[in-house]
Amino acid sequence: MTPIRLVAIMRKELLQLKRDRISLGMIVGIPVMQLLLFGYAINMDVRNLKSAVSDQANTHMSRQFIADLGQTQVLNLTRSVASPEQLEDLLRTGKISVGIHIPSDFDRRVIDNRRTVAQLLIDGTDPTIVGVAGQLASMPVQFDSGANRQPSANTLEVRPFYNPERRTAVNVVPGLIGVILTLTMLMFTAVAIVREREHGNLELLINTPVSTTQLMVGKVVPYIVIGLVQLALIVAVGNLLFDVPVRGSLLGLYAGAAVFIAANLSLGLFLSTVARTQFQAMQLTFFMLLPSILLSGFVFPFDGMPKLAQYLGEILPITHFIRITRGIMLREASILELGNEVLMLLVFALVALTAAILRFSRRLD
Amino acid sequence: MNGNTDFAIRARGLTKQFGDLTAVNHLDLDVPRAKIYGFLGPNGSGKTTAIRMLCGLLKPTEGSAEVLGLQVAEAANDLKPRIGYMTQKFSLYGDLTVEENLRFIADIYAWPRKNQKPRIDELVSKYGFEKRRRQLAGTLSGGQKQRLALASAVLHKPELLLLDEPTSAVDPRNRRDFWAKLFELAEDGTTILVSTHYMDEAERCHRLAILDTGNKVADGDPSTLQASIGMTVLEVNAGNPGDAQKALTDNPDIVSVTQLGIRLRVLVADDHADPIALVSSDLAAHGLKADVRIIAASLEDVFVASTLASGGSDE
Repeated sequence: MTPIRLVAIMRKELLQLKRDRISLGMIVGIPVMQLLLFGYAINMDVRNLKSAVSDQANTHMSRQFIADLGQTQVLNLTRSVASPEQLEDLLRTGKISVGIHIPSDFDRRVIDNRRTVAQLLIDGTDPTIVGVAGQLASMPVQFDSGANRQPSANTLEVRPFYNPERRTAVNVVPGLIGVILTLTMLMFTAVAIVREREHGNLELLINTPVSTTQLMVGKVVPYIVIGLVQLALIVAVGNLLFDVPVRGSLLGLYAGAAVFIAANLSLGLFLSTVARTQFQAMQLTFFMLLPSILLSGFVFPFDGMPKLAQYLGEILPITHFIRITRGIMLREASILELGNEVLMLLVFALVALTAAILRFSRRLD
Repeated sequence: MNGNTDFAIRARGLTKQFGDLTAVNHLDLDVPRAKIYGFLGPNGSGKTTAIRMLCGLLKPTEGSAEVLGLQVAEAANDLKPRIGYMTQKFSLYGDLTVEENLRFIADIYAWPRKNQKPRIDELVSKYGFEKRRRQLAGTLSGGQKQRLALASAVLHKPELLLLDEPTSAVDPRNRRDFWAKLFELAEDGTTILVSTHYMDEAERCHRLAILDTGNKVADGDPSTLQASIGMTVLEVNAGNPGDAQKALTDNPDIVSVTQLGIRLRVLVADDHADPIALVSSDLAAHGLKADVRIIAASLEDVFVASTLASGGSDE
């Protein structure tokens, strides 16, 4: 095995990449854009929901209650109206998401333990708002009426670990690293072989003494470096803009990421041996990307998914990688404690690379 | 006599089928060493398929090929370092410079690092790229691209060079330069198999095979082929060549009529007693006056005659 050939393939890949301005831009552009999108636009913290109140009791106690609701910062009480009908109008026209109706017998309801004290009118078209309303409904409210209203059974104190402020960025960024690396790494290698086939380079290459393994490994290695650069970028931007911590070892994170990147690149190469055109290669990339986002635990809690979806998720490298990033970045776990996940990624990378090498034909028929 | 030393390529019954289509049909081939051997044939005649089988890119449906003393089917990988291959389509990297491409090829053939620079310098000056070393290969002209492709195909000094229509996108002057390079290489001992559909290129080959719809219809050196065409070639100068062509085409004794400018080239089987009289009387019967004389056969006549004899391509 002559390392000259392997190095030649790697150098060629980097030279080509250097001249491909768009791809080069994507290496930086995709992580930054995704991070900003998920960090700023997609905000699953529910704060400052526009809301209005119709206080028909207008007593000391009801005003206190409204002030307490405002304190949660979940609701942003922008206006006060006279009747519940007006609340409905505001809801329908989308001017508010939540309306609070306090009936005129509010004080008596507070004393009577069996009745609810007020009514929450909710825009049910947004599932997150419905979820928040459920929490609000069980909010313990201290009334200084002296009445001995029992706290209802479901007013539990919520005390979240690892992300006490419940900031979305902290939840999202570790998973997002996986999504971004999956997208860019798959894309770069999925077109790698097909492009050479389409441009006619492959007919020349397979007539030279370069071996399939040298060709495949030579195409993977430069992108591992690029993937690690992307990781650095995401971690840095995530930290600067969104205060996402890396509580565990940065080295461990890099080690895990290197294996994950290799797994994705190998999968991409395999796709590249399946696809006939660059367009097909892109389609296959997106075919892989969707389950990676939906079944990996990035969007939905993994344990809450149906068994079948969980099995599918276990096959995806990103599932294991998200466990690694969340573990190291947020829970301060060590890479050794996550050894099983690393092992799974390693197995995946080897299987995919072997499959790609076996599938790659050195003939044209 | 030892076949290994005399012939760079020996193929027997080489056949390739793609579904129902027979691209190459029982091709026998003997390519002598250090000679330029031509594959002449129209598009779709099986030239590319034959070359791809010879370098192991395609697996023959039937038959076998021995290249440089090795069976292609068994020793394709051992042959690769000894063969230079130039594809029909430019297959170097358009987004790499001339020098980067040559360096890449040198590395791929594991050309020793310390000898790499002198070898690349030698090729750069020999193939006229001194001023274009840092130019991207994709921005070269058609002729320059082919020169670069040839330079990289011979970089590792292969014993056998397979060239698939190397000059199809090149102007006549560049073609002449290109062929001058091929003769130099052959003189240095390289065997060259080159496919073409240009008659003038075929004439330059030491030996050539004419392919037609997958069949070899003629094989020999160009002058022998011209001498043994089996036809009499007549040149007809008529006042109105169009009418004359119409008149002659219907004659069953006339094999082929081709218009070349204001003249006609007419092929008549050479067992005919008096071909001049045959043509003249036919034209006279149509009220046409013409000057008819016998001329030497060209390679194009050989091509027409042999493709007709084989049942012919129906272009």
